[in-house]
Amino acid sequence: MSALLEVEDLRVTFQTPTGPFRAVRGVSFALGRERLGIVGESGSGKSLTGRAIMRLLPANARLEAKRLAFDGVDLLTASSRTLRGIRGARISLVLQDPKYSLNPVMTVGEQIAEAARIHGGIGAAAARRKALEMIAAVRIRDPERVYRLYPHEVSGGMGQRIMIAMMLVPEPDLLIADEPTSALDVTVQMQVLAILDDLVRERGMGLIFISHDLDLVASFCDRVLVMYAGRVVEQVAARDLASATHPYTQGLLKSLPRIGDDRAELPTLSRDPAWLEG
Amino acid sequence: MGGPAISVRDLFVTFGKGADAVRAVRGVSFDVAEGESFGLVGESGSGKSTVLRALAGLNRDWTGAASIAGLDVATRDARLPRIAQMVFQDPYASLHPRHTVDRVLSEPLEIHGIAEVDRRVTQALEDVGLGPAFRFRYPNQLSGGQRQRVAIARALMLQPRVLLLDEPTSALDVSVQAEILNLLKRLRATQRLTMILVSHNLAVVAHMCDRLAVMSRGIVVEEMDVATLRREEPKVPYTRQLLLASKGYDRAVAARMTNED
Repeated sequence: MSALLEVEDLRVTFQTPTGPFRAVRGVSFALGRERLGIVGESGSGKSLTGRAIMRLLPANARLEAKRLAFDGVDLLTASSRTLRGIRGARISLVLQDPKYSLNPVMTVGEQIAEAARIHGGIGAAAARRKALEMIAAVRIRDPERVYRLYPHEVSGGMGQRIMIAMMLVPEPDLLIADEPTSALDVTVQMQVLAILDDLVRERGMGLIFISHDLDLVASFCDRVLVMYAGRVVEQVAARDLASATHPYTQGLLKSLPRIGDDRAELPTLSRDPAWLEG
Repeated sequence: MGGPAISVRDLFVTFGKGADAVRAVRGVSFDVAEGESFGLVGESGSGKSTVLRALAGLNRDWTGAASIAGLDVATRDARLPRIAQMVFQDPYASLHPRHTVDRVLSEPLEIHGIAEVDRRVTQALEDVGLGPAFRFRYPNQLSGGQRQRVAIARALMLQPRVLLLDEPTSALDVSVQAEILNLLKRLRATQRLTMILVSHNLAVVAHMCDRLAVMSRGIVVEEMDVATLRREEPKVPYTRQLLLASKGYDRAVAARMTNED
């Protein structure tokens, strides 16, 4: 199987007054039509890795890689025009908080229809139909009513499903989801994951699922990359995450409280400087 | 001893008026015994934090009866802040960005006219596992976990008997969460605190609490001891759904989930 996305030796560096800060340091992976999880704590570089693939980095960030290719297209040398054709249409990005990602002065339905029109090249009436279909597909009841609502009129859970509908309406080949369900209640979270799950299975979409939640990633993804301080310290099949060998991964898993356990104290993580390089 | 440390009866909280009124808490009652750790579990909008804010005196617009250590919360008794203190979810928001740790910790003492400020601040920092080196730092010089330790130290400055904790670790990384949970457990034992812990995380509540109430849409749907939770034997379908969902993703479980919006 040829890879949908190839990433080799990806580096993101920020220039700061105290010298360069290397936020992502040599990340490599290939992605097929599968669910790949990237887990790590805050500052591990997982979100920057996702954004680097979209070439959406702050102006003071420097991006380097030996190879960064999507479906054979070299993203490092691609023109702005080529990138615009890929972003949104073929690679979509879902962010954590719908409050900051939706346009507050446009109804949610119009926003989804706009995505369909721009990326699908279809007329206004067809875009509206497609938007309504997509609203229904993300399990929102009464799509006609919700179409007319403004972002402040919907709950967080519904806002996130609307975001996902908007990102999926152009039928992307790759969806990068950065903590897409962290702001949601567990029951809504399950439903949103089921939608993503079906899209990977039925449409053969590739999914990069970025999360700090190890249990969730282990149960949802096919494969997991564990990031620490800008590097991938371990790569493991999701179902084998519990038997991961890196002491960082082990430490994280042990530090989680569990419903059935009666440990008096939770083991805390003591960070070994050697993890920075291994 | 004797008698509940905290008692809540028929608590109703309504936000807004008329057609826009939201009945956030609709008749909640529970007791927490002295020295007990009690969990309030629920999803967003269930009313769990609203109950806690009413108890802390941050929301005075409620009906029903609530008392802490025999003092009626509605009277705004000046002794209440010295008995019950609160720790908030987000340590990035709950500490004043331009106040040093020293000022944050001294302020409650000055307000309540308590002497020996120097000794108490040093002691409080030590109690929460921060050395004296942290005393004159600003919040932006601290990590999330260190900030939450400062917020906990601030809550303990008046030597309260009750700690009201609103999602104290949900803004933190898991490795830091473990440190803060351990700290809270240790403080509860050494300072013989009574605790109410509000959380959406069943595992955190199972780890920290003796008993818990599950809230949904403003009411308590189920109350149980932690052993029942650990055996995974809740009675109410809503709690069972919450429990299943907390175990990670399962396509079959997701298909059976019910929600209202």
